[in-house]
Amino acid sequence: MEIGLNHYLVLSTILFAIGLVGVMRRKNLLMLFFATEILLNSVNISFAAISHYYGDLTGQMFAFFVIAIAASEVAVGLGLLIVWHKKHNNIDLDSMSTMRG
Amino acid sequence: MFEAIAFYLFAFLTISMFYIAVTTSQALYALSALAAGMIFISAFFFILGADFLGAVQIVVYSGAVMALYAFGMMFFDTTREIKEKQGNKAIVLGLSILSAILVGAIVAAPIVGNNIEALYPMVEGAGNTQEVGMVLFTKYLVPFEVAAVMLLVAMIAGIVLAGKKMDLSLTLMSEAEILMMKEEDKNKKALS
Amino acid sequence: MELFLYTALFSPLVGSLFAAFFGASKKTKIAGIVPSALLGISLISSFILLISVLTTKETVHVEMMTWMAAGDLYIPFGFVVDQVSVTMMMVVTLVSTVVHVYAIGYMDHDKGFNRFFSYLSAFVFSMMVLVMSDNFAGLFIGWEGVGLCSWLLIGFWYHKESATWAANEAFIMNRIADLGMLIGIFLVYWNTGTLQYEQAFAAMPSLEIDVLTWIGIFLFIGAMGKSAQFPLHTWLADAMEGPTPVSALIHAATMVTAGVYLVVRASPLYDLIPSVGLFIASLGAFVALFAASMALVNRDMKRVIAYSTLSQLGYMFAAAGLGAYWVALFHLMAHAFFKALLFLGAGNVMHAMDSELDPFKMGGLRKVMKGTFVMMTLASVALAGIFPLAGFFSKDLILEVAFVENHYIIYSVLLFTAGLTAFYSFRLVALIFHGEERYKLFGIHPHEAYKFMLIAMSPLLLLAIIAGSFKMTYFEMVTQLLPATEYHVHSSLTYWIMTIGTQLFVGLAILYAYKKYTSRDIKVPDGTSKMENSFGYKLLINQYYIPRFYEEYIVKAYRELSDIFWTKIDQKIVDATVDGIANVFYQTGERTRVMQSGNLSTMLKWMVAGTVTLLSLAVAFGLAARYSGEIKTFLSGLGV
Repeated sequence: MEIGLNHYLVLSTILFAIGLVGVMRRKNLLMLFFATEILLNSVNISFAAISHYYGDLTGQMFAFFVIAIAASEVAVGLGLLIVWHKKHNNIDLDSMSTMRG
Repeated sequence: MFEAIAFYLFAFLTISMFYIAVTTSQALYALSALAAGMIFISAFFFILGADFLGAVQIVVYSGAVMALYAFGMMFFDTTREIKEKQGNKAIVLGLSILSAILVGAIVAAPIVGNNIEALYPMVEGAGNTQEVGMVLFTKYLVPFEVAAVMLLVAMIAGIVLAGKKMDLSLTLMSEAEILMMKEEDKNKKALS
Repeated sequence: MELFLYTALFSPLVGSLFAAFFGASKKTKIAGIVPSALLGISLISSFILLISVLTTKETVHVEMMTWMAAGDLYIPFGFVVDQVSVTMMMVVTLVSTVVHVYAIGYMDHDKGFNRFFSYLSAFVFSMMVLVMSDNFAGLFIGWEGVGLCSWLLIGFWYHKESATWAANEAFIMNRIADLGMLIGIFLVYWNTGTLQYEQAFAAMPSLEIDVLTWIGIFLFIGAMGKSAQFPLHTWLADAMEGPTPVSALIHAATMVTAGVYLVVRASPLYDLIPSVGLFIASLGAFVALFAASMALVNRDMKRVIAYSTLSQLGYMFAAAGLGAYWVALFHLMAHAFFKALLFLGAGNVMHAMDSELDPFKMGGLRKVMKGTFVMMTLASVALAGIFPLAGFFSKDLILEVAFVENHYIIYSVLLFTAGLTAFYSFRLVALIFHGEERYKLFGIHPHEAYKFMLIAMSPLLLLAIIAGSFKMTYFEMVTQLLPATEYHVHSSLTYWIMTIGTQLFVGLAILYAYKKYTSRDIKVPDGTSKMENSFGYKLLINQYYIPRFYEEYIVKAYRELSDIFWTKIDQKIVDATVDGIANVFYQTGERTRVMQSGNLSTMLKWMVAGTVTLLSLAVAFGLAARYSGEIKTFLSGLGV
């Protein structure tokens, strides 16, 4: 049984759905960050797979840059999270209601 | 055959790890499951012949990012059970699955339609570190440098944001000083 | 010569802007003196141009700049000084200069002194554009410009209800006519492809007679509005609400004659359509009689002169309609001089009598106002057409034209009107300057106007006396451009009978007026005498009930129609639609504000929902694009 591009795409789709569930379901900010990591990784898989089946390195390059962005996002995000936690002593999403209109 | 077995095995492992990461109420479990999932994903990269990317995945995600999260968690009270008020689960699940199917349909549709995988077999040994380096430092040199600057900026931002009062070291302070600092904090909170 | 042309044209504009500069500040003499001096320069330039046209017989034609150039449409700001326009320029600048100088004295005590001169000079500029333009578009700009200035000046005392009403009436009446004028201009462009006089008139003989008739009718409708011909005449009498110098300049000498100028300018057109010309002549004769009859009984000094203007405009149209364009233009010129003089004299009387307008309350003023008395009497003699003053040469000529062209009805109407003219003119003079000093009953102490005002009026007096002697020079000049028809009654016996008969008739009318109105029995009418209760008097004093007819059947009907449109269509359909659209947005906002709960988790869900929507759209369009062929056949099967 040959593993084709579609298999990878389906896998990536499933992982993306799990990530979305996490984004919508979790109220803890740290868990939200985990969920975004899952989203990014699912996309990375499809990039690598498409790159492989097309015989083009561009996909891998994109995955590479996505990893770089994820790393910087973690750095800044965690910093903000720590500041928030110092100030309010929790990291619950529901407690952030300064954007109420 | 070997490839198929490896794919299904790692697919199952990745999905279950990420599922745990998303559903568990223990932050520590979630962190561990996520780290494991990252490593399993690198396996796909190796299967696909993207050796360099797999290595980067392990080093950056499992090494750097997860370590960062682990250190970050030290600031938070991780032992406390995270209580999360849940809304309508059907909406969450329905939206996720729907969007996943749609993304899949969009991504797959032209490829299936044109039967691309047979037309473009992997000819050259793409994915080895040398070729990645050649492409990265010629065609993608400018984005690469920009990414480097971005990482630097992110690093400085992280330090500035998280590093306030880090010059105070509790281990080097005497008990009396620590008590005094706590009193001050209390007064500040009472005032505010 | 171009320099003189531009000087003549633009110095009134400079004067207007200069006076406007002082518009908001207190009255300063300089705001009146500078525009007057600039107008003097304009007058000198016009005079030089006149001499040049007279001696060299060459016209000056300049194209200042391109105004519009789009496709085939090309309209330049072009100006032409030819025999016709130079006549108008002379009339306009001369009368304006006199009136400007006069107004420095007349408006002496008015708060709006500076504003007045700004408007007045702006009017002169517009009038110059009107007469000097070499195309219909420029003519129309001037046409609207004089309309605007007329509106500003009639409503100059805007705190008076009646003045603003009269200003609006004049403006709206003119708007109705301007629509006709505009249609006429459009038709000219549509059929000839150009608005330049020369080319348009050159192209006209090859057009169909129907088209030409329509052009002629619509252009004449424009002329009817500006020159206040029946049935658009009511605004002219009401326009007397403005300051008297305005009446003298705008509503006697210049603006109201613009309609005559238009017909004269379009003489090549009206020569081709004699039936329209006959209509113009008949209407002119009718208006002459109609206006003169209203002037017989009116008790407002300025209105009497306004009706007289109307009547004289009728004479001009009668001449122009019969093809005697140069006669019309000549009468226009002569009329401008003596009518402006009459108005300025009336202004002096008004000043002396504390703005009293009823001549029955005056009487015997000749003792205190010698200069004005002489001038007004001579102007009235000129108006009545007594040899050898200006009116004799121009007005009797019109009568001869009607006679020679065998239009005996028009001739007899005009002849009869000449008698009426003499009667009402001298009724006015007799009531104001002769008889008992009735003003003493009202405790008024009249005084003569400033000396420089009288001196300013003297050029007009001089011209009113001697203008007739220019007849042959004028004829030679202006017939370079206009059809040179000399009107001579064939048998000299008939000619002498006609002339002397007319003179006798007019003289008798004057004598009768004197006899009737200088008697000691004249009292201020109080509405009890038998004459005042007769039907004819009531008909005339109420202006044939025409204003009331307009009020009852046009203004009121229009108001009711507007009310219906307002309540039914505007409120229930237009407003409701707009409100409905606004409500949709308002309600949408009201409903969707729940989304903005401030909860980030909810927002994330909305974000995902939005993503899903966009993705489904992408899939739907992708499918539609892919299966477009099938969808088309399916739809055509359904018959769409």
